[in-house]
Amino acid sequence: MVIPYRAEPHPLTGVTSGKLGIWIFLASEIMLFGSLFSSYVLLRVGTAAEYWPRGIEAGLNVPIGTMNTLILITSSVTMVMSWASLKMDKFDAFKRYLLATIVLGVVFLVVKAFEYGAKFDHHIYPAVGWPEATDPSIFYGLYFTLTGLHALHIFLGVLVNLWLLVYGAELWKTERVRYEGRIEISGLYWHFVDLVWIFLFPVLYLL
Amino acid sequence: MSEAHAEMGFLRKYVFSTDHKIIGIQYGITALVFLFFGFCLMMMMRWQLAYPGEPIPLIGGLLGETRTDRGAMLPNFYNQLGAMHGTIMVFMGIVPLAVGAFGNYFVPLQIGAPDMAFPRLNMASYQAFVIGGVIMLVSFFLPGGAASSGWTSYAPLAVIATTGQTFWLFGMMFLIASSLLGGINFIVTIIHLRAEGLTFFRLPFFVWSQLVTAFLLVLAFPALQAASVMQLMDRLAGTSFFMPSGLVVGGEQIAAVGGGSPLLWQHLFWFLAHPEVYVLILPGMGIVAEVIAVNTRKPLWGYRPMVYSLLFLGFLSFGVWAHHMYMTGMGTTMSTFFQITTMIISIPSVIILTCLVISLWGASIRFPVPMLFALAFLPMFGIGGLTGLPLGLAAPDAFLHDTYYVIGHFHYVVAPGTIFALFAGIYHWWPKITGRQMNEALGKIHFWFSFLFMNGIFMPMMFEGMAGVSRRLFDPTIYVTGEAAHGLTIMTSWSAWGLALAQVPFIINFFWSMRKQEMAEDNPWQATTLEWATPTPPPHGNFPETVVAYSGPYEYSVPGAERDFSPQFIKQEA
Ligand code: HEM
Ligand SMILES: [Cu+2]
Repeated sequence: MVIPYRAEPHPLTGVTSGKLGIWIFLASEIMLFGSLFSSYVLLRVGTAAEYWPRGIEAGLNVPIGTMNTLILITSSVTMVMSWASLKMDKFDAFKRYLLATIVLGVVFLVVKAFEYGAKFDHHIYPAVGWPEATDPSIFYGLYFTLTGLHALHIFLGVLVNLWLLVYGAELWKTERVRYEGRIEISGLYWHFVDLVWIFLFPVLYLL
Repeated sequence: MSEAHAEMGFLRKYVFSTDHKIIGIQYGITALVFLFFGFCLMMMMRWQLAYPGEPIPLIGGLLGETRTDRGAMLPNFYNQLGAMHGTIMVFMGIVPLAVGAFGNYFVPLQIGAPDMAFPRLNMASYQAFVIGGVIMLVSFFLPGGAASSGWTSYAPLAVIATTGQTFWLFGMMFLIASSLLGGINFIVTIIHLRAEGLTFFRLPFFVWSQLVTAFLLVLAFPALQAASVMQLMDRLAGTSFFMPSGLVVGGEQIAAVGGGSPLLWQHLFWFLAHPEVYVLILPGMGIVAEVIAVNTRKPLWGYRPMVYSLLFLGFLSFGVWAHHMYMTGMGTTMSTFFQITTMIISIPSVIILTCLVISLWGASIRFPVPMLFALAFLPMFGIGGLTGLPLGLAAPDAFLHDTYYVIGHFHYVVAPGTIFALFAGIYHWWPKITGRQMNEALGKIHFWFSFLFMNGIFMPMMFEGMAGVSRRLFDPTIYVTGEAAHGLTIMTSWSAWGLALAQVPFIINFFWSMRKQEMAEDNPWQATTLEWATPTPPPHGNFPETVVAYSGPYEYSVPGAERDFSPQFIKQEA
């Protein structure tokens, strides 16, 4: 007996299995980043206010951070456009938009790498306190951990999109609905990762 | 397609399989091996506790200079054994067996589905489990040995521990990833792939228990994932999320950049680990409910209240974690909150247990081996749960915390509780999996001796704990309390070795019945749920024809029916 793939939405939930799966996955991601944000709050509350820098004081570059935020927001838009183009049967437009999403994701990562590099040049590492000698906050530890984990998520999203663009497109010819579903699922993940950044940026750079 | 299946090589068919039944068996065998291994670690610890400082018989000389001194155990090795025993039993033994094996094999069958919703994801989650397990095992051979800071890996101890702890963290990340993938798969499968006619309230209780368990896995584990990332940063990148400033260890100040919080680790850990204890018990309850329904030939009493209790339990289990932390000075407001939630959460467990007991009332009970294990589960889980109540209140917990009483409490829930339920499941479903019956006589020997020795192990622990013996001691006799209770310690140790012997009939039965026992019919217990509608053993794709569910899961002894069971999959003449 052949196990059938179910591309149709289930009557009870109104979505396909893949989509239900990604929503549940995102719920667990919310718990992951939620735990990290809670840790941030707990650690910050436990530190005297004068020892916890605002991002600017600690040398984070707000204009660059803002630029990266805009890059990610744009990439979310192109992601939607690519899915919409696919739905409207414009395969070439779809490919262009998906490529744009990938490129924007890579640009984000490159900018992030330069930011890290600038910090390392100033001898700022996860294990450096602020202000350095006198006393202790683990601001940089949190900064590197949170942004690092987020960058890892972006990286994985880029890989998935790249795979969908290069190899997955075969599927479009044979099983259209299924391919559209995959793009939608990848898109949901991408929006979520952008959303995480929308929280990370003000918390780390501005507050 | 069908020819392609016939040609599948050994690797494709048994190692890289996407068939939920094969994956279930893979999980089952791997988990049983890990359980046995974890049990061996514990038997070594029991020697040191009963006869402190004496050379370990037989294997003492083989363990090497770093672990033993002239055959006698070194303290550091004892700590490794303790930490790894807990880790292996919980994360690599019980959960993979209860969820990975039983869930994988029987959830799709019981809901009438051809497979899990995401077969390849299923395979990936098994592989992640194996990788995590191998990382854990390899850590024993590192310089400094495996993790030695307890299965709870409390900071700051774990942060300054040897490389074994780093491996522990990496291993955990794989195990967590495996559980996440599995959890997602179960939820989607149960919601989307139920057979026609199988409404939610026609689901067997076992499926419900797996559904709630899957939600716990998906929503609780990420907290430990986050905590593991942070502890890794503390260990490898020099941050100090969990390290307070000014910490002095062995007379030397530990350099720490900022004022981190050891308590933060405890919060994150228990936010996972309390729901985790329900992950350990709920599938067991599910199996027991199935076995009891079949062998009482009666519908489960209070099926709906049981389901609602299950849902309530799952929900509330996210709000009780700090009852593991009463001794951390969290203040009366917090502690009052967690005492209240803890008392409330014991209610649904009691409802489920009560329903199962009342289900026995007035039944003409059959007593095959699985039923013996299921019946033993009831009082054993009862003892485990009741002994949790004093721990859930801060005042008695001040006395009992970190004593052997706590060990006794949760082992009563997990060992004679969950493990008995899992044995019940193995004996109950064996004919479906292998096509043969297990030997009854060997099974009965296995049951009675296991029952005896389980209590021989854990009952003395309760008394030791109340007498004030601390847990995690390398040599309890250095304290008056431990010296005074030493007789109980020795009794526990001998019971533990006895329990090992009691597994011999099971192991013989396991291999022998696979080839020698008589063939089983498709529905040997005359049960009603959908897994018995398949041929034995179930083929790839499970059901030769699409199944439809016509009735509830436990239609036994229906008045006016021809036989004393009316399967879900057979339409009854009105
Ligand atoms: C029925 C209601 C239950 C209550 C009120 C309860 C209460 C508690 C409390 C308060 C503790 C902390 C004791 C201490 O460290 O001082 C504890 C420990 C523990 N409980 Fe329960 N419990 C219950 C059921 C369960 C169940 C169903 C399991 C599942 C297997 C379980 C497993 C554990 C474990 C593993 C620990 C020890 C953790 C450690 O410190 O290593 N408990 N319980
Ligand atoms: Cu708990």
